Amino acid sequence: MDFGPYFLLATLEGAVGAAVLALTALGLSLVFGVMRIVNVAHGAFFMLGAIIAWWVADTLGAGPMLSFLAALIISPLAVGAVAVLAERLILRRLNYNPESTIVATIGLLYVIEQVALMTYGPDARPVVAPIDFRVQLPWFGYSGYKLLVIAASIVVMLAVWWGLTRTRIGLMMRATQFDSETARAFAIPVDRVYGGVFAFGAMLAAIGAVLVVPIQQAHYLMGNDPLLLSFIVVIIGGLGSLRGTVLAAVIIGLSDGIISVFFSPTLAKIIATLVVAMILVIRPKGLFGTQSA
Amino acid sequence: MVESVRPKRKQPVSGVTRRKALVGLGGAAVSGVLPGFVRYAQAQSSAPIKIGFQVHRTGIGASYGRWYDRTTKAAALLINESGGINGRPVEIIAEDDGTDPKRGAEVVEKFATQHGADVAFGTLFSHVVIGSAPRAGELKIPYFVVSEGHHVASGMLNRYTLQPGITDVKSQVQSMAPWVAANLGKKVTMIYPDFAFGHDHRDYFSAAMAAQGGEVIGKIAIPPTESSFFKYFPKIPRGTDVLYHVMVGPGVLTFVKEMGEFFGSKRPEIFGFIDSLEAVNINSPGLEFLEGSYFWEGNPRYAQAQSTKFDAFYRAKVGVDATGASVNDPKDISTYAHMFGCWETLHVIKQGMESAGYRGPGDRAKLIEAVESITDMAASQAHPQGAKLFNGKTHQVFGHQYISQVGGGKLNVVHRTAIEDGFYKDEVDYTSQPL
Repeated sequence: MDFGPYFLLATLEGAVGAAVLALTALGLSLVFGVMRIVNVAHGAFFMLGAIIAWWVADTLGAGPMLSFLAALIISPLAVGAVAVLAERLILRRLNYNPESTIVATIGLLYVIEQVALMTYGPDARPVVAPIDFRVQLPWFGYSGYKLLVIAASIVVMLAVWWGLTRTRIGLMMRATQFDSETARAFAIPVDRVYGGVFAFGAMLAAIGAVLVVPIQQAHYLMGNDPLLLSFIVVIIGGLGSLRGTVLAAVIIGLSDGIISVFFSPTLAKIIATLVVAMILVIRPKGLFGTQSA
Repeated sequence: MVESVRPKRKQPVSGVTRRKALVGLGGAAVSGVLPGFVRYAQAQSSAPIKIGFQVHRTGIGASYGRWYDRTTKAAALLINESGGINGRPVEIIAEDDGTDPKRGAEVVEKFATQHGADVAFGTLFSHVVIGSAPRAGELKIPYFVVSEGHHVASGMLNRYTLQPGITDVKSQVQSMAPWVAANLGKKVTMIYPDFAFGHDHRDYFSAAMAAQGGEVIGKIAIPPTESSFFKYFPKIPRGTDVLYHVMVGPGVLTFVKEMGEFFGSKRPEIFGFIDSLEAVNINSPGLEFLEGSYFWEGNPRYAQAQSTKFDAFYRAKVGVDATGASVNDPKDISTYAHMFGCWETLHVIKQGMESAGYRGPGDRAKLIEAVESITDMAASQAHPQGAKLFNGKTHQVFGHQYISQVGGGKLNVVHRTAIEDGFYKDEVDYTSQPL
């Protein structure tokens, strides 16, 4: 294949990866920014989102479009509910202590993974894409659904940005992130904000998973890669910085796509990890970070 | 499925009451006082033969594991119904190895030291076999693998590791290559998983094609845990006549689907190993482009007009319908091309133990020698996939292979190779190693 189309394919693949990664990493970044919690179970929420999406689509048995839309609504809500529960029952009882919550979310990761294994089983199961459309370019074909994923991800991110900067809830979240004690003094229900943010972060991961499940398949171990990449993105972008997270997701996603197409996927991961190490050395706060990592 | 996780509320923390605990303690005390009473009364005559079953319940081999498990249980049940081995019942002790080599070695050790298993059996994924076999050799526990890898016959392993129930990749691809070169084309691009099993495909198919005057012009290795495959397809060189694919792991359906998206209707000839679609319905949405393409099958998933009565018997016993799906759930597709290996291997263990007069772990060396002396295996209920020939020196069995074409939503067998097509020169003589 000539360089031009080859590069186009690499960019498309990278853009799809970046779109999903941005959503997932955004959730992780929000939780860290507002709550100062490193949520290791984030990948498990991602996986749970995909599995619930499969379950909804399978139970409903309606047409691909209807099943998918139902999954897109039900799955993030269900994952959000699990996250709220986890926040109430675990994180709050640990007083959001940074070290304890890392250990607790590791535990949560295992619990969710094992429950998925015991109920959903070890198989990879597909959800049918809502649109069956193949874009035939002169050099290769491309799944129309993948292009839809990019669009959907942009829409969701714009909505998050709008919500954070233009709404009252967004203001409360930003206030809590800035200084939770002062926020409390101004009668912001910090506890409820925490619960909401944790759930919202998990829901973003779930949305990313529902979008990706017609491309990949729901599998109980599928959360590991997104978790690793999300951490890389959040560290590069600057812990807690949404702008940095999105930018880093695009950089990592695109470079991952392009490097793995032209060279090898392993090299792409090696380079991403190397970039993280360099950033930690040169700019410990990340590209846009406001507090040290 | 997810709704069934709801925890039950009102149960006590543990189901043990004080009374039950006291009764249990008393019982334990009594049996301690009378050690010979229950446990040894019939030990020599009817204590079960313990077969440690190393199974991929979790990890990337899980869908194979599920069917290897069902096949093994069905075979054990059949053996027990017909009188067991040397009059003793067979007990299958299953342990999950997580499709992980390190865990695999631990599981083998557990069989030998903790469970007191007579033999270990059942591993599929080649990296797990390669990781576990050295430990089996050290512990001198016979280790019967169902893996397809060439590592047994290549001499890489040891005298305690045998593969009597399934053919190896070298023999499979060698018997495929003439047909591929004659019917599909001479310029082949291979896509294979980047670990031992895939490397066997790469090395031996390339050599076999070269022997046919063909050429492998592209070799694309994909990590077995990969979840997105589109990026690999542009590496397929122009001028490829035949795309040869073999893939494993949870992403196989994605792999084949993305291949369809990439090519559309302008595809080259496609020859795949059914591994790329084991446990997957070939009528899944997005796989329409496979119509007319070809697959290697170790054992035909769809019952054929020419299928034997042995295949029908085996299908019924394992619980697989004529389309290769579970009789209980048409969505649950079996790993039909591979799992017969468990059934046949258990029958080989039975045959070996009976001819060795096997009584216990002290006779393990005799068992190895007895299995090494097996040669012909006729098509039968014990060997439903077909006749086989076992090579005692290389510890590897040889048999027929099938090539099927996708047509009308089924896999239809178009060619069956002869056993001799898979022969190659011995690379090891395990019988010269000490026991």
